[in-house]
Amino acid sequence: MSLYNLQKFLYELNRDESIQANYSENSEALIAGYSLTDEEINALKEGDIGLLYVLGVNGQILMHYAALLGIEWFDYLEMMREGVRIHGPVRDGVYAMTGGGESFTNEEKER
Amino acid sequence: MSLVYSGVLSHAPGITGRAHLVDNIEKRDEFYAALDNQKTEILATDAEAIVVIAAEHFANFFMNNMPAYCIGISENYEGPIEDPEWLGIQKTKIPGAPNLAKRLTKNIMQTVDVAYSEEWKFDHGIMVPLNFLTPKYDLPVIPVNINCQGPPLTPLHRAWAFGEALRRACDEAPEKIALVGTGGISHWPATPDSGKINEAWDREFLGHLMRNDKDALLNYSDEETYNDAGQGGFEIRTFITAAAAAQGNGDLQFYTAELPIFAVGCTVARFEIK
Repeated sequence: MSLYNLQKFLYELNRDESIQANYSENSEALIAGYSLTDEEINALKEGDIGLLYVLGVNGQILMHYAALLGIEWFDYLEMMREGVRIHGPVRDGVYAMTGGGESFTNEEKER
Repeated sequence: MSLVYSGVLSHAPGITGRAHLVDNIEKRDEFYAALDNQKTEILATDAEAIVVIAAEHFANFFMNNMPAYCIGISENYEGPIEDPEWLGIQKTKIPGAPNLAKRLTKNIMQTVDVAYSEEWKFDHGIMVPLNFLTPKYDLPVIPVNINCQGPPLTPLHRAWAFGEALRRACDEAPEKIALVGTGGISHWPATPDSGKINEAWDREFLGHLMRNDKDALLNYSDEETYNDAGQGGFEIRTFITAAAAAQGNGDLQFYTAELPIFAVGCTVARFEIK
């Protein structure tokens, strides 16, 4: 249920500009409106893409959230890999990493 | 007959948002030219509205109340929900076709229990196709969503039945209606494996699709698709619905696995309306 709430919070944030407008000043109060674990709350406070990925946040929700935070594309991919390196495999959902974290694009490899 | 066009195209956000990162400029521009040609073909039909069968990504629907199928019946829409700089598409309003959409919905309900909505925000799943197919946003849009994100997912044979219902509803409307299915085939988007593409799987699926081989198209299980084509492969439902609506053979106008930076095998195709 907690992952559901975590995703619901991000879903609401991603799609509502009025929530986004207040998020930087009011994030703690907004987050407090959802029943979340301490780990989830800290991940949100830190904008910890890697941990949110491992917790099982749906990849599309997480991708939109990362864009909202202004994270560059290749940095976002690397943050997810780093999350797996630190916290282990994705714990829920269908967005698990299938390989060893290698890149599938020349553009990223050549960076 | 008032369904005047049925086709498919990719919608991955990188197609617009990561255009500047592409190494293979020639292939990228070839893809863009195929999309531009699709726009021209749709314009030539004098379509009065375009139905976009999409697989949205949590812009409107969540697991608190997830419809398997939903049709937009609003006067207008807005999008994208994503950061405009990230997607490469500015926020805008898009005209709807509420009268037609309600008539289509009523007709479809004869055989498929479709949901409807007067509120709908577009994400990249619709905005990227519109960016290429109706860049001035001057063609009324009827958004249609098939849940490809939050399992349990609708079975493929229901996606086919939905396409047949859409076709019947379009044929019984006096307006000229274009339809596109937009999704990915094999891909692992929004994971560290973004850019992974199973080209052999894609080409086999596209072969079935272009032959409009119903039995072969409906023979995929979600477990097989997940293993071979990733969670992004669940979006084949949109392509199957477009094929079922058209009933004719397809013409694969463009496919490449050589633009992995777009995180999908980039595809453009049209079907014969039969």
